[in-house]
Amino acid sequence: MKLDAKIPSGPLVDKWARYLSEIKLVNPANKRKYEIIVVGSGLGGAAAAATLGELGYHVKCFCYQDSPRRAHSISAQGGINAAKNYQNDGDSVYRLFHDTIKGGDFRAREANVYRLAEVSAEIIDQCTAQGVPFAREYGGHLANRSFGGAQVSRTFYARGQTGQQLLLGAYSALCRQIQAGTVTMFPRTEMLDLVVVDGHAKGIVVRDMVTGEISSHSADAVALATGGYANVYDLSTNARGCNVTAAFRAYKRGAAFANPCYTQIHPTCIPVSGDYQSKLTLMSESLRNDGRVWVPKRQGDNRPPQQIPEGERDYFLERKYPSYGNLAPRDISSRSAKEVCDEGRGVGPSGLGVYLDFSDAIDRLGLATIRERYGNLFEMYERITGEDAYKTPMRIYPALHYTMGGLWVDYNLMSNLPGLHVLGEANFSDHGANRLGASALMQGLADGYFILPYTIGAYLADLKEKRPSTEHPEFRKVEKEVEERTKKFLSINGKRSVQSIHKELGQLMWDKAGMARNEEGLKEAIAKIPVIREEFWKNVKVPGDGGEINQELEKAGRLADFLEFGELLCRDALDRNESCGGHFREEHQSEDGEALRNDEKYSYVSAWEFQGEDREPVLHKEPIVYEEVKMATRSYK
Amino acid sequence: MNLKLRVWRQKDRNAPGKLVEYEAGDIDPEMSFLEMLDVVNERLIGAGDEPIAFDHDCREGICGTCSATINGIPHGPERATTVCQLHMRHFKDGDILTIEPFRAKPFPVIRDLMVDRSAFDRIIESGGFVSVRTGSAPEANTLPIPKDAAETAMDAAACIGCGACVAACKNASAMLFVAAKSSQLNTLPQGKPEKDRRVLNMVAAMDEAGFGNCTNQYECSAVCPKTISEDFIAQLNREYLVASVKQSFAGK
Ligand SMILES: Cc1cc2nc3c(=O)[nH]c(=O)nc-3n(C[C@H](O)[C@H](O)[C@H](O)COP(=O)(O)OP(=O)(O)OC[C@H]3O[C@@H](n4cnc5c(N)ncnc54)[C@H](O)[C@@H]3O)c2cc1C
Ligand code: FES
Repeated sequence: MKLDAKIPSGPLVDKWARYLSEIKLVNPANKRKYEIIVVGSGLGGAAAAATLGELGYHVKCFCYQDSPRRAHSISAQGGINAAKNYQNDGDSVYRLFHDTIKGGDFRAREANVYRLAEVSAEIIDQCTAQGVPFAREYGGHLANRSFGGAQVSRTFYARGQTGQQLLLGAYSALCRQIQAGTVTMFPRTEMLDLVVVDGHAKGIVVRDMVTGEISSHSADAVALATGGYANVYDLSTNARGCNVTAAFRAYKRGAAFANPCYTQIHPTCIPVSGDYQSKLTLMSESLRNDGRVWVPKRQGDNRPPQQIPEGERDYFLERKYPSYGNLAPRDISSRSAKEVCDEGRGVGPSGLGVYLDFSDAIDRLGLATIRERYGNLFEMYERITGEDAYKTPMRIYPALHYTMGGLWVDYNLMSNLPGLHVLGEANFSDHGANRLGASALMQGLADGYFILPYTIGAYLADLKEKRPSTEHPEFRKVEKEVEERTKKFLSINGKRSVQSIHKELGQLMWDKAGMARNEEGLKEAIAKIPVIREEFWKNVKVPGDGGEINQELEKAGRLADFLEFGELLCRDALDRNESCGGHFREEHQSEDGEALRNDEKYSYVSAWEFQGEDREPVLHKEPIVYEEVKMATRSYK
Repeated sequence: MNLKLRVWRQKDRNAPGKLVEYEAGDIDPEMSFLEMLDVVNERLIGAGDEPIAFDHDCREGICGTCSATINGIPHGPERATTVCQLHMRHFKDGDILTIEPFRAKPFPVIRDLMVDRSAFDRIIESGGFVSVRTGSAPEANTLPIPKDAAETAMDAAACIGCGACVAACKNASAMLFVAAKSSQLNTLPQGKPEKDRRVLNMVAAMDEAGFGNCTNQYECSAVCPKTISEDFIAQLNREYLVASVKQSFAGK
């Protein structure tokens, strides 16, 4: 496999502009002859489908929800970054670029990140024109807030519902194209495989989730915008349906999977309350501006928090990181919380929690101010836990939140499989080993509105042959394989529910490949996952049949892929014998527990190539070369 | 705690459905309502029965996927709460809960608690957008928008499209849903050029999908998990009137 990132030549700041002026265009009259499949209707997919439709292509867009408006992007709360410099605080394209590279712990590709920063401002213009009700100042101009990892205020937001508003904007653009007849929407339709004809991605096989019918769609190009894989851990802040199936099926058909071990854990989530737990809820990080994080100094101290005197509390973030204190970055805060809980000082019924205490802030600023700043979050906390955080400290614990890894793509957002494009969280993207807050929304919309619609033209303009029909033997073959697989799930008729096995996998992943990883644990996981996989294929119970709505069948298909993918993630984590960003190897830390990178050996993108069932995948390395930026140690002390 | 559930079971769109009783024993008050259903489903699967199908995804009250009517109230008894955010501590031992799908003619039941809400998408397709091509937008701050207009637009835009408003209305009217989208866009200067067309087209699409008329009972607003105000319906009515008058004059 040859990995050519196809980075245009020339100075960093000119690359994208030059690329755009030199790119081959598809003749407008020819555009309607091309069909493009877009899988996913989140920010990446909806923006791409709408824009491609508008350009005149024929687009088919797929999502598993009952409406494209419900994609997981809807739940993003905090905001979206853009280098507008509206606050006149010295922001610039270069600064956003540099912050993103640094935040990603020097493991992202320079040219892609620079382009992302360049188009960021246009995203805000586009969304504003669509009627996205961003927060405004009294003068009528757009407001900003600050977010982690930046010294400027460049985050645009719509109350605590930024993802919702951006997605509804993209959805409205998509709806306009559906009405215009350029986009055909297939909701409640799940992609179950990719079809590759003569080395090019030419279509997909899907299951209609209402009738159960399995069918094929062919196209001149395929774009996957199917989101991240955090649910390999079972419990995460992602929507329940989020899955790796589309990306993993593409991997098994020859697309390289890059950096699967780069996962992000969010420090401020509501702790697990029992083994029925089905999802973890994120509380905005902004709470750490006024809340103080602590646990009792003494192990097993289970007095109520109010009865623990000041001298017997350990404000561990303030103690360890005096200058950033409670605002230390996500990965550092998360690991510190795990450490104190591992020492037996965690709080709450499960012992897996730390306090986030607002009593000092309330004394200092008054209840009214705290209510005004965080009222909706306190309300959400109370709704879920039944506790009043004005009176008793919140309990928080880290949870899996976002995945930086994904399918490998070049500068055109095309994978190594010609014709297969990947955007949004599904690609390995621009965030390196760690994503900064408010940058995923930016990347999804950049990919969808402003990058893919141009770069896909480069592929189409060079195409010699028209798309095959779905009668092509390759489609027949893949369809048959999908049908067989579906039948297999239904026929096992064992004793265990899909969820019980997913939970087992998730627990193992969280323990061995979660916040902190080490060689021994990863090897153990690599040995154990195949055992769980075998248990699944022998003993899972999927009731009902295939020709109807069958949610257990849907879950089984997704879990089957997670059960293979989890192993790949662990292999990647084992190979990367350094700590960087969200990937923390316990063997590589400084005396005070900071991550230690090894630039000499690990400045590469890991791209894994599938070799066949029961054979180990092969690792390819794309070197990361910085022309503009100097690598440095990330320090937040 | 122990509960008795009466759950609507229906195989598909065309099959007849009925309420079936289940015991939900040993339920932890900390569970969410959907987690309680998960637990019941795990037990059903264990016993070789088919689990209860229900729609859900984000489980944090924002995607609008979950939908169930509990003891006659869409999304259940807690105000401003989707069913995925409802917790069992609000019920008590021995309660009998009747759990049904959102009932409305334009939302056919497709299985158990799942309904087809695609009519909502068709309404948005008819006009719930601003016609702006990608890449053609002016610099965002060239058009200052008064803060209160932006806030009003955001109040309306908070709609999650769950359909509880329709399920609560005895006429199965979608006025609150339509009004939320039209008011968001019509309040902002960006949406003004298409204001008239928007309300005329969206109302026509709503009628065509078979939603009923609004008779100003405002059950919709009362059950809305995002507490979208009925004032937006008044705004839609005014805008619709103006647009229809203009249209009839233009026609002459
Ligand atoms: C709670 C939470 C808060 C967040 N807050 C922020 C924030 O404040 N700022 C920020 O920048 N980022 C935030 N993020 C991250 C951000 O929301 C996501 O990374 C981003 O929205 C992903 O968009 P996407 O388009 O790539 O994918 P998604 O929005 O996940 O969409 C995936 C799409 O693919 C479809 N799909 C998936 N698999 C299949 C299949 N097999 N067949 C058919 N369709 C399929 C789905 O139906 C869906 O339409 C947050 C994430 C979470 C979980
Ligand atoms: S599941 Fe998303 S709103 Fe309830």
